[in-house]
Amino acid sequence: MNILVCISNVPDTTSKINFKNNDSEFDSNGVQYIINPNDEFGLTRAIWFQEKNNAEVTVLTVGDQTCEPILRKCLAIGANKAIRIDAVPKDGFFVASQISEICKINKYDLIICGRESIDYNGAMVGGILSNMINCPYVANCIGLSIDNKKATLEREIDGGKEVLSCELPVIIGSQKGLVEETDLIIPNMRGIMQARQKTLEVLPANSIKNLTDTNKFFKPQPKKEVKLVDSEDVNELINLLQNEAKVL
Amino acid sequence: MSVIVYIESEENKIKKASLEAVSYAKKISESLKKDLIAVSLNLTDFSILKNYGVDKLYNISDDKLKVFEVNIYSNNLSNLFNELEPEIIVITSSANSRYLGPILASKIDAAYMSNVASLPISYSPFSVKRSCFTNKAFNETSTKKSTVVLSLSSNSYGLHENKSNLILEEIKGIDSNSALKIDSLEKLTNKVTIADADIVVSGGRGLKGPENWHLIEDLAKVLGAATACSKPVSDMGWRPHSEHVGQTGKPVASNLYIAVGISGAIQHLAGVNSSKVKVVINNDPEAPFFRSADYGIVGDAFEVLPKLIEGLKAIK
Repeated sequence: MNILVCISNVPDTTSKINFKNNDSEFDSNGVQYIINPNDEFGLTRAIWFQEKNNAEVTVLTVGDQTCEPILRKCLAIGANKAIRIDAVPKDGFFVASQISEICKINKYDLIICGRESIDYNGAMVGGILSNMINCPYVANCIGLSIDNKKATLEREIDGGKEVLSCELPVIIGSQKGLVEETDLIIPNMRGIMQARQKTLEVLPANSIKNLTDTNKFFKPQPKKEVKLVDSEDVNELINLLQNEAKVL
Repeated sequence: MSVIVYIESEENKIKKASLEAVSYAKKISESLKKDLIAVSLNLTDFSILKNYGVDKLYNISDDKLKVFEVNIYSNNLSNLFNELEPEIIVITSSANSRYLGPILASKIDAAYMSNVASLPISYSPFSVKRSCFTNKAFNETSTKKSTVVLSLSSNSYGLHENKSNLILEEIKGIDSNSALKIDSLEKLTNKVTIADADIVVSGGRGLKGPENWHLIEDLAKVLGAATACSKPVSDMGWRPHSEHVGQTGKPVASNLYIAVGISGAIQHLAGVNSSKVKVVINNDPEAPFFRSADYGIVGDAFEVLPKLIEGLKAIK
């Protein structure tokens, strides 16, 4: 079984978000980058298929050289090889197009994209890719088992879940629930040493035009100070919610 | 050329988020001096759409459309959209719509924008404000494409009534198949979902254990609210993952968010930032949540919650 896991290089979840150059660019100064959490849940699931079913796991990112440390981390976690498509990702359509070119050359049985990246929150790569390569896609995937080329998948829906099945290949949008937080693999020294020997292939990007441009960033308006209510006077809170905030 | 809004319904009931999408799309259609076209699937009661300004409704009826399946839905919708040649298509940000949006956009060769949080800033090029960095910031995104699919952030525009004379056109579904088979659907029907809720009551580690969750549930019940929890609570197995809200859990965009015993880690705050009014109840006055809440009580949840429940029962 061949598995492709698509990885985004994103600011750590605790990062302070700032912008530079007249608010036209994200300010990466002092920011630690991590594997997008939704992608990491997917990578962990892929490594389980590697351990149990001898699957070959390839990780891929669309990004410049600054993304290589997180690809090395994926290799240290256990991925067999890595591909970096050398381009600054412009939008979800651009990224999906680059991935689709790779999927035309190499045949994958399972393609994993995170539900969404935690920086641009586009939540579109898996869906667009699905249409481009004519392969079924299951978003918000919280369960996956594969038996003899047949996949059974669970999709989280508003207020419940749905169980789906299809023949491989399939694309999933991974998220927490597919594996648990405690299942995430912390690379050990052996993994880190092995990762240095593994292949990290750098491929030129295809000349594809992006469909959208991000022109400017804004930070939310600063919040008014919290209005504190005495814990002995809970009815005052009810009064404020009813008559001031008008939300009851 | 037209403005289209996709109406999401469940068992013939139109979702509230869809009425917000209609309100938003109506405003755009008025700015462009165009009729507002709505598209629904298997709907029989559409009278409410007259109150929100829909000028024309295409209702596609087909047994195959009874249950949401992304490929069959997107094939039917793209088939109609290719005929109508819309410029702007508005959808909600429900789990199903966010699943459908990118596939649909790709099928009709349109640009796709998610988490849209404002009316268009300009029409040439088309640009909107959308939330990013999990609600920690916004960006202005533009496209030169002639067609764009927008997924509207819930609770970002609100409901705006607008009377219209609705013209209905019933059409038949197209013959379409999917590689995906739906084997089963599990849905809690008696519970308010986090996505649809006006009010969300959320509990954290401060509640000390799953055995105390009746306090959260009772408060939610009296408010008609959905229940949620922080990440540590779902990681420890006190509550199911489906209740985890925050950066890696579900986003919350309710009118009122009440956080009990949640300190307010940056990842949690990011996930609930889009809620209009935030109330925090915590015994630690230094809890970071107090800095991003609108109202707060410094106090013991086990004393405050019963009083709050009693007080609310009295006014309901």
